[in-house]
Amino acid sequence: MLFLSIALMYACSKNEDEVTPEEKKITFSVPANFPAPVYSFEDNKLSNAGFALGKKLFYEARLSADKSVSCGSCHQQFAAFTQLDHKVSHGVNNCQGKRNTPPLFNLAWQKAFFWDGGVKNIETSPLNAITDACEMGTDIQTIVAFLKKTAPYPDLFKQAFGSTEINSQLILKSITQFTAVLVSGNSKYDKVMRKENAVSFTSAELAGYNLFKEKCTSCHAEPFFTDFSYRSNGLDLVSIDEGRSHITGVASDLGKFRVPTLRNIEYTSPYMHDGRFYSLDEVLEHYNSGVKASANLDVQLKNGIPLNTTEKEQIKAFLKTLTDNEFIKNTLYSES
Amino acid sequence: MKLSQYFLALLCPIILLSSCKKNTDEVAADTKSTFSIEFENQVNGSPLVLNTTTYKNAKGEDFKINVFKYYVSNIKLSKADGTTYLIPESYFLIDASKAESTNITLKDVPTGDYIKIEYTIGVDYARNFAGAQTGALDPINGMFWTWNSGYIFVKLEGTSPQSTATGNAITFHIGGVTDPNNTIRTFTTEINAANPLRIRTDGKPNMHFIVNAAALFTGKTDVSFATLNMTMGGANSVIVANNYANGLFRLDHIHN
Repeated sequence: MLFLSIALMYACSKNEDEVTPEEKKITFSVPANFPAPVYSFEDNKLSNAGFALGKKLFYEARLSADKSVSCGSCHQQFAAFTQLDHKVSHGVNNCQGKRNTPPLFNLAWQKAFFWDGGVKNIETSPLNAITDACEMGTDIQTIVAFLKKTAPYPDLFKQAFGSTEINSQLILKSITQFTAVLVSGNSKYDKVMRKENAVSFTSAELAGYNLFKEKCTSCHAEPFFTDFSYRSNGLDLVSIDEGRSHITGVASDLGKFRVPTLRNIEYTSPYMHDGRFYSLDEVLEHYNSGVKASANLDVQLKNGIPLNTTEKEQIKAFLKTLTDNEFIKNTLYSES
Repeated sequence: MKLSQYFLALLCPIILLSSCKKNTDEVAADTKSTFSIEFENQVNGSPLVLNTTTYKNAKGEDFKINVFKYYVSNIKLSKADGTTYLIPESYFLIDASKAESTNITLKDVPTGDYIKIEYTIGVDYARNFAGAQTGALDPINGMFWTWNSGYIFVKLEGTSPQSTATGNAITFHIGGVTDPNNTIRTFTTEINAANPLRIRTDGKPNMHFIVNAAALFTGKTDVSFATLNMTMGGANSVIVANNYANGLFRLDHIHN
């Protein structure tokens, strides 16, 4: 009997060698220290084929007007899906956009997108970049037509959605299967919070965390390190970019931008909506000494955030614990 | 004694009415059928002809129309007894450049006599923020703002010699769902009870609406293209929405 079962197992494994090894099942997992997400996959059933198609579209430069720019051009994985060393996004025909590319992760917890919160649903977010003359400079109609006549897309849509039919809804849903799965929740900070593998902060990191909780969390709230609100942090006396008021039409929103997440901040330089600061030192110095009395300045920043040299170093040490290398190096998300 | 007399008095006409109904109408319970609506696009009583014909707004200014598109959604019918039926997933984009879009068909509607119809001019709040849509709401139709997500409810583009914009353009993209610039408007019209919308298994009526594109520019506030020739949401879009809320549609007749 034992012999028989061993023989059976052997036969089994032999057969399996001939087929491709089974892919890892793509899942959307909520880290234990995160709340429930805003986006559910209820109306967009997550599948390996849907994710693979979304990823391929994300990295497809032929979707742009001059075939030079994909989503991945400005959202680079090694920079936590923002664009390294670019103050503002760099689109088709070498056009320089208006704002710094936001990183892409933990989007399933976001209710509004872009620096001004103009887009209210993750699924429709790509349309903004697709149509912006300074980003991909095209339109969804052109993209649908391109995909319909370009192999292997019709097959990929069939695998993902059961039909070779290609329309904007399926394009956007598949891209969302990729972008919503991008979860960054395995930084050192997360592991300390979850008490995983006895990971602990160094004394500098811990001092930084305590300072952070005292001086920064009222806007950069845990666990996303943003409270998703729109605020002016006094970069300019008069903001050239209208920011949130472009969406609301309300004067008291002029120069306000969404509080950015600080996760993976080590890799998402340059900083601010216009990418004006290249280093965390410049950012911290801004809060220490550079806050200007703009009309809609956040009341909590009225006197800036005084920080001495030691405090700055400690906060920086803590901020670097928000780096999630498992996320940044996960080959599942890389262009293949 | 008195009460029962009233009761009897009440009962008699009800019996009469119900017997009447039975004899002539024969509305079988729980059956469904179809009706259609035709939207005839006009400008102040003249047929809407894109690109070539010159019209006048209420201020006497000349204008031509190159694009005229609008959403009709959430169509709701009411019967005399007050019961209503909201047609599920009723989203339609009427485009003056596409003749087939001006005649819409509504299926699986419970049979009966309807004496009121109402619908949203535009798209309800929820769908403006929902995920990727298809059909009439597909962003491919050019009625979705990508930078400030939400639908353009009514789009009219053209030219007017009075417009100070480049190329004398007039550009009216009406949308926005948040206060104070909410442009969702509901249109309601009673149907003459003598000739209600009679939906029968063997009768598929057609409602004929006249749609007056010039209603964008008059009603509550007469618009001069010299001062208002471009709006894409915001306070000026509210002015236009308040104009067309009552004047855009008029029920002309029903073919039962």
